[in-house]
Amino acid sequence: MQPPRVPDSIRSNRLSAETYAENFSDLHPLLSEHQAFVEADRCYYCADAPCQTACPTSIDIPAFIREISTENPLGAAKTIFDSNILGGTCARVCPVETLCEQACVREFAEGKPVKIGQLQRYATDAAMAAHYQPFQRAAATGKKIAIVGAGPAGLACAHGLAQQGHDIDLFEARDKLGGLTEYGIAAYKVTNDFAQREVEFILSIGGISVKTNQVLGEDIFIDRLLNDYAAVFVAVGLGGVNQLGIQGSDGAVRGIEDAVNFIAKLRQSKNLSTLPIGKNIVVIGGGMTAVDIAVQSKRLGAETVTILYRRSQDEMKASGYEQQLAQTNGVVLRCNTAPVSLQSHQGWVTAIDCVETAEKNGKLVETDHRFSLECDMVFPAIGQVFVPAAVEASGARKLEQIVDSSGRIKVDSDYRTALPKLWAGGDCVSRGVDLTVAAVEAGKIAARSIHSSLSQGK
Amino acid sequence: MADLNTNFLGIKSPNPFWLASAPPTDRETNVERAFKAGWGGVVWKTLGEDPHVVNVSGPRYGAIHGADRRLLGFNNIELISDRPLEINLREIKAMKRKWPDRAMVVSLMVPCEEKNWQAILPQVEATECDGIELNFGCPHGMSERGMGSAVGQVPEYIEMVARWCKSHSRLPVIVKLTPNITDIRHPARAAKQGGADAVSLINTISSIMGVDLDRMAPIPTIDGKGSHGGYCGPAVKPIALNMVAEIARDPATHGLPISAIGGVTTWRDAAEFIALGAGSVQVCTAAMTYGFKIIEELCSGLSQWMDAHDYSRLDDFRGKAIGNVVDWKYLNLNYVVKASIDQELCISCGRCHQACEDTSHQAITKLVNGVRKFTVKEEECVGCNLCAEVCPIENCITMIPQTHGTDPRTGLAYGRDYSNWTSHPHNPSSR
Repeated sequence: MQPPRVPDSIRSNRLSAETYAENFSDLHPLLSEHQAFVEADRCYYCADAPCQTACPTSIDIPAFIREISTENPLGAAKTIFDSNILGGTCARVCPVETLCEQACVREFAEGKPVKIGQLQRYATDAAMAAHYQPFQRAAATGKKIAIVGAGPAGLACAHGLAQQGHDIDLFEARDKLGGLTEYGIAAYKVTNDFAQREVEFILSIGGISVKTNQVLGEDIFIDRLLNDYAAVFVAVGLGGVNQLGIQGSDGAVRGIEDAVNFIAKLRQSKNLSTLPIGKNIVVIGGGMTAVDIAVQSKRLGAETVTILYRRSQDEMKASGYEQQLAQTNGVVLRCNTAPVSLQSHQGWVTAIDCVETAEKNGKLVETDHRFSLECDMVFPAIGQVFVPAAVEASGARKLEQIVDSSGRIKVDSDYRTALPKLWAGGDCVSRGVDLTVAAVEAGKIAARSIHSSLSQGK
Repeated sequence: MADLNTNFLGIKSPNPFWLASAPPTDRETNVERAFKAGWGGVVWKTLGEDPHVVNVSGPRYGAIHGADRRLLGFNNIELISDRPLEINLREIKAMKRKWPDRAMVVSLMVPCEEKNWQAILPQVEATECDGIELNFGCPHGMSERGMGSAVGQVPEYIEMVARWCKSHSRLPVIVKLTPNITDIRHPARAAKQGGADAVSLINTISSIMGVDLDRMAPIPTIDGKGSHGGYCGPAVKPIALNMVAEIARDPATHGLPISAIGGVTTWRDAAEFIALGAGSVQVCTAAMTYGFKIIEELCSGLSQWMDAHDYSRLDDFRGKAIGNVVDWKYLNLNYVVKASIDQELCISCGRCHQACEDTSHQAITKLVNGVRKFTVKEEECVGCNLCAEVCPIENCITMIPQTHGTDPRTGLAYGRDYSNWTSHPHNPSSR
């Protein structure tokens, strides 16, 4: 059977070159020096600052802001990197509106928090522009550590251990390092090849040997790594996605593409005008990824973009700020709406049948109200899952020992797994939330734990 | 509508706001613009002898800014008028004729010899100006030549020159004082002793605005070098207020008319100086920062405030605060205040706690029952006001006078009668 012809409505080159450039430029441009001074001056330098408490990596925010205000951006960057070596990424992608900026006393006082994220970017950008590496390696220990996965957790862990004088082999399944910063974050949040520049910055400490295109379970195996290295840190992220599971989504109808795949494609596209996008887009899901793909679809030139979310707007995992971003970009949010089935013509999706939902006695139920939305592309963004098979296939004994009921790797507060010499962190573990900043913290804590364990000769 | 008409030594002006002797009053063009804008008077930029002085062609000004470039402090190294005397005199005369209802005072600075003053005074009188101001204040440049603050720092010279001017001229004489001394009362007394009709103060404060760490040179920098200048602007107002108050309450000079100068930026600043006895106020930095139009705000603000307080004329509140400026030893030691934090207004920044904990009396909590909460420990609070001053929220922390009960810090009753240091048992001289 012939594969269905891609409908004409899915087109590349929808916009002028200038519009593509504008649509995918920095969401928040770098603050000028004067803007940074004015914003830094708003910080009250709180005692035991609530913003610092709210930061998963406990960056000393009042200290770095004060350093900015005293014309010491490199000192500010050092303060940030002391707690979070991926402070540059976090400045761009952290949902600050639910973390530090939500805790800012000015948010409480006047609804206008200090722009901590933008100030953090100001400082970290200054450091990157100056090629400033504030850390030096300790004397070589001769210990070798394997880190599997070069996303935020793996990079943070690698940097922390390299700093202690250990030698790191950093394995990455893809071509490039950076993980979701490189492949997953919305393009307008990390412009100008930021992810790769940050990777270079992190690697510049030395002692980290990079090995790309090394897939766990195919090219490298946990058992062997545990044999060959003094310690192993696994930070492979989430390799799978949840299945939509409606009539037609099993592959029978084309035009359905997982949001994560499409975003990766978009992020790796050298020329966005060559990336085809449909006329009418439906996104399914209520999280950050749903917003990211919806907004980017609109900015690629799609005429209508609708997010379907089966629960109420209050329950969306995307923050209020992200929801607003979607709406100001012309994305329609249809909450309490669940997809039911796909309509198609010659094998390609033409519409999605939906049902409105309501909450009854604490349960989400379908109502009688049904409707269809015309669409030529559907992007499910309904969550990613850990694929234990990678660890299993790689020969980890007693899989059930290291993976818990949530289907992710079980770790203690030091990010140790149940297996000796094996640590894990980032999205692939069941501990904590799936945020870049949480992954960085995991890598940082794991590095400390590994170092302390190796120092004790265990 | 309150009446802002001012009569200072018989010099009349429609409002008490005069432009101080400085760059804004250097020439006819500027003064014309100022009068059109509504300024009550000007003190013309200081005249000296010919050949006129020369100024540097490098930067003359330096400033201290807040984070949003708000100008907080300012300094200059500009000398007196750098134009021929004759031109200045001609322009002064023309301006006074054109604007007869405005105050026209001429600032003067010539060497400390009687003949020099004798020579210039008739020429100035011929302009039909309203009075003269003797510039004994400028701390930079001219002081190296034995003029300006070099005179103002020696009370005997002040008295001597004031006497010359009074005897060689019929014009009212205002002596402009330098703050670069240890006790402002002595030069003020000398001015009065010499027969001066009034004093004006403060002139600028000797200052270096900063050090350029790249050039390793003071700011402003002229070809790699710098010289101290005169500091002015909002930052100097507290110093000026104190000096004005000291002269106003000194029995030797009480009642001596004062034209107040020093950081006047808003109507409120002016009202404060007038409450300390000032007969007129002089403004420079605010005009140099924002232009002459601010005179509208100054007049409207002052008259609105006067209306609200039923003051119909400036004399109705002039000097009303003088009696409340006293020596420390007369402060009531039995007056007790305690800080109080309005929990509704508190935003939990914790600055009050940190300041009190690190640098004061450990009188503010950080946690109450394990929860972040800032409350005053009455038993530790000395009522110092530090917390209220560092609090970013207006009126969140207030100092509450205590009248009933016992102070847990001292064990002494609140509300005891007035008692001061002069009779305190710890005072060695009260025994």
